[in-house]
Amino acid sequence: MPDHETKALPNDGATSSGGKQQNRSSSRQLSSHPLVQLTITRLREFTREPEAMFWVFIFPVLLACALGIAFRNTGPEKIRVGIEDDGRNRSAVAAVAASLGRSADLTPVVLDPVAAARALRTGNVALIVRQAGNEAADPKGPESGNQSQASSTDPQHVYRFDPTRPESRLARLAVDDAFRRAQGHTDEVKARDETVTEPGARYIDFLIPGLMGLNLMGSGMWGIGFGIVSARGRKLLKRFAATPMRRSHYLLAFMLSRLVFLALEVAALVGFARLAFGVVVHGSHVHLAVCALAGALSFSGLGLLVASRTRTIEGVSGLMNFVLLPMWLLSGTFFSAARFPAVLQPFIKALPLTALNDSFRAVINEGLSVSTQWPQILILLLWGLISFLIALKIFRWQ
Amino acid sequence: MPESATAQSSTPAAARCAGLTKSFGKVTAVNGLDLEVRLGECFGLLGPNGAGKTTTIEILEGLTAPTGGSVEVLGRRWGAGHDRELRQRIAVQLQETQLAEKLTVLETVQLFRSFYQHGRSADEVIRLVQLEEKLSARVGKLSGGQKQRLAVACALVSDPELLFLDEPTTGLDPQARLQLWEVIEQFRKGGGTILLTTHYMEEAARLCDRVAIMDHGKMIALGTPAELIAALGADQIVEFRVAGSLAAQGLSQLPGVRRVITRDGTYALTVTEIGEALPALLSELARQEATLVTLTTHQATLEDVFVSLTGRMLRDA
Repeated sequence: MPDHETKALPNDGATSSGGKQQNRSSSRQLSSHPLVQLTITRLREFTREPEAMFWVFIFPVLLACALGIAFRNTGPEKIRVGIEDDGRNRSAVAAVAASLGRSADLTPVVLDPVAAARALRTGNVALIVRQAGNEAADPKGPESGNQSQASSTDPQHVYRFDPTRPESRLARLAVDDAFRRAQGHTDEVKARDETVTEPGARYIDFLIPGLMGLNLMGSGMWGIGFGIVSARGRKLLKRFAATPMRRSHYLLAFMLSRLVFLALEVAALVGFARLAFGVVVHGSHVHLAVCALAGALSFSGLGLLVASRTRTIEGVSGLMNFVLLPMWLLSGTFFSAARFPAVLQPFIKALPLTALNDSFRAVINEGLSVSTQWPQILILLLWGLISFLIALKIFRWQ
Repeated sequence: MPESATAQSSTPAAARCAGLTKSFGKVTAVNGLDLEVRLGECFGLLGPNGAGKTTTIEILEGLTAPTGGSVEVLGRRWGAGHDRELRQRIAVQLQETQLAEKLTVLETVQLFRSFYQHGRSADEVIRLVQLEEKLSARVGKLSGGQKQRLAVACALVSDPELLFLDEPTTGLDPQARLQLWEVIEQFRKGGGTILLTTHYMEEAARLCDRVAIMDHGKMIALGTPAELIAALGADQIVEFRVAGSLAAQGLSQLPGVRRVITRDGTYALTVTEIGEALPALLSELARQEATLVTLTTHQATLEDVFVSLTGRMLRDA
């Protein structure tokens, strides 16, 4: 990249150094401003590292792709239900399979008792239907599981399932409903279904903003953390500390270079989600950019803080995971954070990734203005600013 | 200390420290060091690894805080509010810095140039260190000598008044070392002041106007290389090994021999008159019936000064 550094302005005026006044090149053009040079240096170092490019740009798109396919909407998902067949009453098993097979919500599979137990354990089926009176065939004995009876007086079937799994509870209702319909029952309450499948309300619509948040967090913190810790390990920070470089410039350059990549990262994911899954940004792209900017500032500040004293890559990796793990788990990237207990909610809301995910979803999914998201933006900016100031204070240059 | 801070105290010094101490836990790296680097000279800190040279130079560079004593660089003290101004006027090359491998030579020097208000152009210093052919080569692709010259270019780009070099040629091959010496000499001719550390006596002898020999955190000798060698009172060193044992007392009585040092079976004689001493040595060996294995003679060097002061070699001390 050719530069214009050498076009010296001969009289730069005030030269206060008490020594030799050769003043060969006092150019203070923008391109030779230390902050600009440091930022360009960061960009060069990053773009010349193919692996880093992969993890920042390609990997998130691949992840979105994989998750999008795994959770794509292919009509209503049918629930797999196991029917236990111990070989003693083949006709009853066939009748159960026929009854359940007529349900629009169920996919019945006939399994021997051992295979059925394994399928339930691994989540391959949500529930097992067993003929009443077959308890002896239960490989673990009658006491071992949750058993519900279809009828309190004279059980025909036993439902074996884990009630803490929502899908299993759903399966129980659907199986029950299928048996009653098979016996000629109809809906006691008349209702008409109105299904929602338009873009904006699907899981992938929920997921993409979360992935964008996750990606901004990861690339921001790892990108900065590794950059700084490796420069410290190579004594490059010490060399810089021996120059008149402003220390804040060095740290700011990391944040600024992040902003350049930020635009590309967000554009890559938004564009991909649009093309591959039809995920639409309902709000303004400018508002989306504001959220992304606040997020990038927040996580680059945190990245600086995490890297501010560590000397080794191993050390910073551990510290980084310690900071990231709560947000991976709690910040509502893959499922709504509202599902955590109420006592945790204030803590979860204060996490920067939660704030970023919430504001992304508000703009992308709900089409809200960023001004409705000021508490989230404020949370992000505070995390970024406070982290930056602490990092500047405690930063280890040697 | 023949001439350190006696008559010269009125002239402004480029760097000065007095009673300097630095401890790391229980280890005392620098132990009461007085030093003065005069404007325009090349001053060398010579000593074995672990003598405290790097600690001393880093304290003078303002990178390490001393435990005790006073430090003054270009008339300023570190930490007194002038640090950034002072850093505009000095330049350093650190021993272990690895510059960013993904940047090119030009980009690296331009980055360093951007930190300084005044200085030379990047192209100019790259030419000065003879790296113009490597202008757009990645730093990671340079040889050790080229990397070291680049490190010096990053220091010279600010056109400093005072240049600190910490073991600038350690690990370089003879040709690379020679190239770097020429760069340093050129800077010196242009009126610059240099403080360098080295454990190569020939480097100190060639580059330095004055040398301080350090050992165990203390200065054990100070002077021009010629003065230090002259202080040995000898101009030749005779080194030899014999098969079997030898009574060393007899050797010091020989004519022209000033001093005898025995180390790992090698005898080193400090000799004033080689023409007298050598025949006398040979007949003494014959008298003791010792068989000569090797014998070499050389002009006395700073290495011999160090050996005579400490009884150890510079490089393996």
